[in-house]
Amino acid sequence: MTDNAGNHASTGPLLDRADERVKHEAGVGGALRAFLDRVRSGDLGSLPVIVGLIIIWTVFQSLNPVFLSANNLVNLLFDCSTVGVIALGVVCVLMVGEIDLSVGSVSGFSSALVGVLWVNQGWPVVLAIVAALIVGALIGGLYSFLFNRFGMPSFVSTLAGLLAVLGLQLYLLGSTGSINLPYGSPLVNFGQMLVMPYWVSYALAALAGLVIFLAGYRTAMRRKEAGLSSQSLASLVLRAVVLIVILEFLAFYMNTDRGVPWMFGLFVGLVIAMHYAMTRTKWGRSLNAVGGNREAARRAGINVRRVYASAFVLCSTLAAAGGIMAAARLASASQQAGTGDVNLNAIAAAVIGGTSLFGGRGSAYSALLGIIVIQSIASGLTLLDLSSSLRYMITGAVLAIAVIVDSLARRSRVSHGRA
Amino acid sequence: MAEIAKETAREHEAVLSLRGVSKNFGAVSALTDIDLDVHAGEVVALVGDNGAGKSTLVKVLAGVHQPTSGTITFKGKPVTLSDPSAALGLGIATVFQDLALCENLDVVANIFLGRELEPLRLDEVSMEIRAWTLLNELSARIPSVREPVASLSGGQRQTVAIARSLLLDPKVILLDEPTAALGVAQTAEVLDLIERVRDRGLGVVMISHNMEDVRAVADRIVVLRLGRNNGIFYPDASNQELVSAITGASDNSVSRRAGRRRAMQQNSEEARP
Repeated sequence: MTDNAGNHASTGPLLDRADERVKHEAGVGGALRAFLDRVRSGDLGSLPVIVGLIIIWTVFQSLNPVFLSANNLVNLLFDCSTVGVIALGVVCVLMVGEIDLSVGSVSGFSSALVGVLWVNQGWPVVLAIVAALIVGALIGGLYSFLFNRFGMPSFVSTLAGLLAVLGLQLYLLGSTGSINLPYGSPLVNFGQMLVMPYWVSYALAALAGLVIFLAGYRTAMRRKEAGLSSQSLASLVLRAVVLIVILEFLAFYMNTDRGVPWMFGLFVGLVIAMHYAMTRTKWGRSLNAVGGNREAARRAGINVRRVYASAFVLCSTLAAAGGIMAAARLASASQQAGTGDVNLNAIAAAVIGGTSLFGGRGSAYSALLGIIVIQSIASGLTLLDLSSSLRYMITGAVLAIAVIVDSLARRSRVSHGRA
Repeated sequence: MAEIAKETAREHEAVLSLRGVSKNFGAVSALTDIDLDVHAGEVVALVGDNGAGKSTLVKVLAGVHQPTSGTITFKGKPVTLSDPSAALGLGIATVFQDLALCENLDVVANIFLGRELEPLRLDEVSMEIRAWTLLNELSARIPSVREPVASLSGGQRQTVAIARSLLLDPKVILLDEPTAALGVAQTAEVLDLIERVRDRGLGVVMISHNMEDVRAVADRIVVLRLGRNNGIFYPDASNQELVSAITGASDNSVSRRAGRRRAMQQNSEEARP
């Protein structure tokens, strides 16, 4: 069988390269040309965010040299993780073309719940966290029930949820208004201090490149055997080496200060797991399909209701997780937790990162990139000692620019037949 | 000898046959006493005016609607098509008019939508190979299976939809208006495709309003009128015959129009000295 396929590959044209009307690029240079072609036709991917991030960093660094110091960046990573996890959940609901406006309230409520159960009621901390996550999942389950049974638009149901859950949070915290989490406890240490040992950060950076290379190599070999076009070994190696060099440098730079926070490690781990689930599993395919064309997905035998339910439940659960991480970061569960800009930052992060508001287009990495943009702006403006009024205005402008870039890119994709 | 007799008997036995199928929606009878036979390797065209019951009939066959009375026999056994997946499971695949493709997904993802290999670790390589095999069997001209469906033309999308319906090796395939909204060249491509599907030994039921397309590929033309059988024709039937069966009268708007033109031509000939 293998022999046969090999012969086929060496004699005839490759199975997916038989149509001579289509131009195919080969090798490292070809991959680069194909990338430029894609960008020109409006398939921008993460490019606008990365360019935007470079501009933002350059501006803030020139205004205040502390901005890119290792110390500030480590703080940035701590701050990213909490809202980032919430944004990751928002990506899920945006993928199916819905929205969850209550993520901020749910995060605040879950932090309050952990505070009450753990500190006031004396539950073991793990049990309190699990309970908060389950309650988060139940809230998402309620939204999906309202959506699937009554056709209630998620915009309305989660708006109602925003108020109701905020009320629950205030009720739980009662008259005292806030609960301090004990310093020195593992949860608070995790949120404020715990960083990876140097060797772990270096090892993880190397592992990431290695896994990327091995997965790519395995796919390339299988495709070659089957008579399909495959990536060249050189481009695979190049990609892995570039990734390793970048990650090792970042790890080294963070390690000149405190190091890479475990909390950020958890966030990135969740992003990678979500990316795998969204691109390599049947569930992720269904998520994309429902977001792209609900009726087509239904006729293809996908249980559309279950897909919606999974998106809402995941979003609320991740919002609850983000809330617990935020409580750990601040060492308190307060009435202010999850209010203010948490909600909008989480949604804005997903959108700035490149997830479409209309469903069917997006990636888990958009949460990571988007939240880094937003936290960079916040951190830069804090360093410049500017008030939050400016911070809101600038974040709003960046969000508007991100959506404009997305709309323009979409128009270009349509005219290039890639929409 | 007995083998051959059996073989021919099987050939003549219909894969799918309907006897006395009726479907009522409240007081309205959309279908009344419909008989229909589909043989392997045969294209049956279903024609009729708007509201004749074509789409209802296809939906009954696809398992979307359940008949009020009558029997459906599939491969010699009576069956009930309680839902679309039951029909699909038996081997009756349907390509609806609005192809129901996800434009944001690529061709492979669309062909395997809902039937992905290895749910927890998608086997993209095997799926891509199978997709190419299906498309090559149909001699389809798709430039790349890794482009989103949004970048394909109408005919190519129809091809993808048909390839998807062939994934489960059906015995009968139902096509609802496969050439509507297609240009001349793309229509020809789709008609070629239908012939190749028939040559694979599948029974094809095709709904169409376009008499030219119907006559080009159909082996039999079944006319429905007001929810009843109104005659079976062969591709050599004249347009006149088909139209009068479809509209239910030899005196209809189409024949009147033709009559007017004839009269006008005669007038102009008479006017000539």
